[in-house]
Amino acid sequence: MSRSVLLSAAVLIAVIVTAPLMGSSHIELGRAFAGVSPDHEIFFYARLPRVILALLGGAALSVTGVLFQCMLRDPLAEPYTLGVSSGASVGAVIAICMGWRVTGFASLAGAALVLLMVLGMAVEGRRLSSFTLLLTGVTMNSMAFAVILFLHNLASFSQSFAISRWLMGGLESVEYSTLAWLALVVVGVSALVAAYAPHWNLLAVGDDWAASRGVSTVRLTTMGYVAGSVLTGLVTSLTGPIGFVGLIVPHALRLKLGADHRALLPCAFLLGGAFLVACDTLSRTVIAPTEIPVGVLTALCGGPFFLWLLKSRRRSLWL
Amino acid sequence: MTSFIARQLGFAYGLHEASFELPPSGLITIAGPNGAGKSTLLGILAGLRSPYRGSCAYAGREVRQWPKREFARKVAFLPQSVRLEFPFTAEEVVLMGRTPYARGWFQTDEDRSAAEEAMTITDTLAFRGRDFRTLSGGEAQRVILASALTQRPEALLLDEPATHLDLRHQLSLYRLLGELAKSLLVVAVTHDLNLALQFSHRVMLLEDGRIAGDGSPREVLNPALIARVFGVQATVHGDARPWMTYEV
Repeated sequence: MSRSVLLSAAVLIAVIVTAPLMGSSHIELGRAFAGVSPDHEIFFYARLPRVILALLGGAALSVTGVLFQCMLRDPLAEPYTLGVSSGASVGAVIAICMGWRVTGFASLAGAALVLLMVLGMAVEGRRLSSFTLLLTGVTMNSMAFAVILFLHNLASFSQSFAISRWLMGGLESVEYSTLAWLALVVVGVSALVAAYAPHWNLLAVGDDWAASRGVSTVRLTTMGYVAGSVLTGLVTSLTGPIGFVGLIVPHALRLKLGADHRALLPCAFLLGGAFLVACDTLSRTVIAPTEIPVGVLTALCGGPFFLWLLKSRRRSLWL
Repeated sequence: MTSFIARQLGFAYGLHEASFELPPSGLITIAGPNGAGKSTLLGILAGLRSPYRGSCAYAGREVRQWPKREFARKVAFLPQSVRLEFPFTAEEVVLMGRTPYARGWFQTDEDRSAAEEAMTITDTLAFRGRDFRTLSGGEAQRVILASALTQRPEALLLDEPATHLDLRHQLSLYRLLGELAKSLLVVAVTHDLNLALQFSHRVMLLEDGRIAGDGSPREVLNPALIARVFGVQATVHGDARPWMTYEV
C-alpha cells in the first residue's frame, strides 16, 4: 500500500518537473530562475500556475470520483453525477450572457445552489437517500442543459463563442493568490476525506454493513457529499467541466490496487493530478501554437486507455 | 441472565407487537411466512431499524441508546447476502469486522490475529486473497460469518443465512452455528422449518407482526400451528430426530 503511494508521488513529481518546460516556445530552467526574459515570464506566469491548477483540478476530480462511486455504490458515478458542475455551468453562462466579469463567482454560486437543492431533496427524516440523490442529480443535469441551450440561443456571436469555450473545459493561467486558496481547500478537504478511508471501505459494501460495525453512516455520507461537491464546484468554477478524469482515474487505480480506500484515496489524489497535468501538457503541445481544449483531450486519450484496461482486467487482477 | 428483552416492540411496518426475552447463549430461529416481520424484528435487534415502538433493551440498556461503536462489539449482524461492486479481497472483507475496535488508519496485530482465528473457524483461509466477487455462495457466506466473528460479539444475528446455500453447506453452516451457540447467542431468521427443528434450541414463530408461538422446536412447530400460520398441512416424522413434510 505505502509502495503504491510512494510510486504515485514519484510519478506526480516527474510530471510536475517536466510539464512547465514543455510548450510552444522552448525555455530553459536556469534562465527562468535567473530572471532572464522571456523564459522567466513564460515559466512563472504562463506555465507554472497552469500546471498547478491542472494538478489541483485533477486531484480534486479523482478524489471526488472515488468518493461518489463508493457512496452511491455505482461504478459509473462521477463528480458530475449530482449535477453540481451543471449548476456551475449555468452560473457561468448567465454571467457571460449578462456581461458580468465574475464568471468564477457566478459558477460557484450556481454549484452551491444546486448542491443545496439536491441535498434538500434527498433528506428523508434523518436519512439521506442515495437513490433520490442520483435521480435528482440526473434531473438537475438535464434542466441545466436546457437552460444553457436556451441562453446560448439568445446569446450574441461573441458571447456564444465564450459559452462554448467555457463548456469545453479548459485550463488557463490564474493568479497565484487564487491558486493558494484553491490549494488550501483541495488539500484540506482531500485530507479530511482520506482520514475516514477505513469507514469508506465499509460504506462501499453497504449502509447496514457499515452501521452494524459502528460507523455513523448518516454523518459520514453527508460529509462525503458536501466534501465532493465543494471540490467539484470549486474546480469547475475555475476550469469549466473537464469530463472523464473522475471516472477513469479511480477505475484504473482499482484495477491495479484493489478497493481499499486507504491506498485508493492518496493515489487518486496524486495520479489524478499527474493525469490532468499530462493531458494539459499534451493539449498545449500537440498542435502548438493552437491548443486543444483539455476536456476534449481527457476523453480522447482517457477513453481508449480505459477500454484497454477493462479488456485486460482478467490478467491484471493481481490484488 | 438475559441478553435482549423486548416489551410491546413494534415498527412502522412489518412488526406490530412482540414481547420476549432471549438468553445469553443458544441457537434461536425466527420463522414465519413472508411479511410476518422476521427481518424487521432482526433489524431492530441489530440496531438498524429505528425508531421502534415499545422497548428493546440489550444488557439492560435500550438498543437505540447504545453508542454504535460499543454496540458493535456486543452484537454482530449478517445481512441476507452481500453484493460487492468493488474488488475487495476476502480477507479485507473479514477485517472490516474489526472497525469497532479500530484506533486509527492501520490494522493492528490483534486485528490480524482475530481475522486469522475467525477464518480458521469458518474454513476460509484458503481463499483469503481472492476477490470476494469471485467466491461461490457458500464461500461468500462463510467469509461474511468470519467478518462478524472478528467483532468478538456476544450475540450473532443472521438474516436467512442458508438461503443461497446447497444442502451440504446448509448443514455445515447450521452445525457451525450450533457450535458457536454454546458460548454466544445466535439468532437466525429462516424459512426452512426442518433446519429449525433439527438445530435450534428455541423457535419464535411470527404471524402478521405478532408472535404466534415461542418455545422448543417440537412444541412450536406442531401441525395445528403450522396449518394456521402457513396454511399448509404438515406431517412430523420420526421421534428422536424429527423431520417434516408439507402439502397444500
